[in-house]
Amino acid sequence: MSKLNLSTRMILVLTLITVLSGGILSGWDSVTKPKIAFHRLEALKAAIGDVLPAHDNYETLETDAGTLYVATTAGSDEPVGIAFTAVGSGFQGELRIMVGLTPDLTQLTGIKVLEQIETPGLGTKIVVDPSNKQNPFWWPEQFKGAHVSPELVVIKNVKPTKKNEIQGITGATISSVAVTDILNAQIIQVKKAWTAKGGPA
Amino acid sequence: MSSKISPLAEFTKGIWKDNPVMASLLGLCPVLAVTNAAMNGLAMGLATTFVLVTSSLIISALRNFIPHQVRIAGYIVIIATFVTVADRFLAAFMPDISASLGPYIPLIVVNCLILGRQEAFSSKNGIGRSLLDSLGMGIGFTLVLITLGVIREILGSGSIFGAAIMGDWFTPWMVMILPPGAFLTLGILIALANWFNDPSSSLTSPRSKDKGAAS
Repeated sequence: MSKLNLSTRMILVLTLITVLSGGILSGWDSVTKPKIAFHRLEALKAAIGDVLPAHDNYETLETDAGTLYVATTAGSDEPVGIAFTAVGSGFQGELRIMVGLTPDLTQLTGIKVLEQIETPGLGTKIVVDPSNKQNPFWWPEQFKGAHVSPELVVIKNVKPTKKNEIQGITGATISSVAVTDILNAQIIQVKKAWTAKGGPA
Repeated sequence: MSSKISPLAEFTKGIWKDNPVMASLLGLCPVLAVTNAAMNGLAMGLATTFVLVTSSLIISALRNFIPHQVRIAGYIVIIATFVTVADRFLAAFMPDISASLGPYIPLIVVNCLILGRQEAFSSKNGIGRSLLDSLGMGIGFTLVLITLGVIREILGSGSIFGAAIMGDWFTPWMVMILPPGAFLTLGILIALANWFNDPSSSLTSPRSKDKGAAS
């Protein structure tokens, strides 16, 4: 090595290190890639199962509003529900929510927040509220059966009386409103896309 | 290249005397960011230890081969390779932990503890000594992360490694799992460690000592 001049040596050594690194990484990637894809799919299936009523299978449908997951039961072509992911800004960062709708797109069958970085203990109640011992999931469960038209509304300090009203979280109004805003915006898109595909308006 | 201290001391120095967090205050970003639960601390500590040990072995083996001028570039590529290996490993085999640590696993690349040990130790010492040094530093780092994680999880969530240990009477201290809780806990731990090492240090402020020495 000492016979080579310094620049050549630098280039040689760095090239060797990066080539070895690339080799290790591509080898390791081929080992881990199928497993990572499997976990993603499992997580997706679990989330769809959480927001839709019992179903046996689902089809993915690519539309202008993103991917729709149309769930059916065995022996019937009638969908039992439609699920999709809605993405938007939360209090501190992006929220990704799995949303389930009835096939006529009038009521929610459930929601599940997949990704969030809200304030722990306040905004994270959109996922789970450990301070409510009876029902830690009281907040997301309000969406089950909620009417989406004209739109979802967050109300504060009083119990909801209308079908489209969602009780806000004390101390996390921004997170509560962020979720309903994201749902409202995405539901409009999904309605358009679903109508365009020939589904019931 | 022979060091004066024994191999055992080479290993144990990272655990207490030269602990990367408590003594050198290195790698504080993950220390503060992911220790809101004991399990996160353990996973982060082990991932960092893996990267530290493997990078140290490779770099000490190549220490006479990498030209001095491009050593940092070489080290970073080697470190980043092992970080990616660890990141993909967690995503493939421990998806829950991978999700809860989020971007902090890829950020091990810029953990100054790792580059610091390469520059200060592995690039000047043989493979055996580098293994002992990096293993000790990694274990010391992991122990601090677990300690912080346990304290913050007990006070902030009333549980330890996810198992509830406090009764219904306990109201979680929300601040402990938020960023301020990390600073408070770490500050108190470092103060306790300094007091334990030298009880007299609590009586005189180090700043006034330094000024006295300089003048």
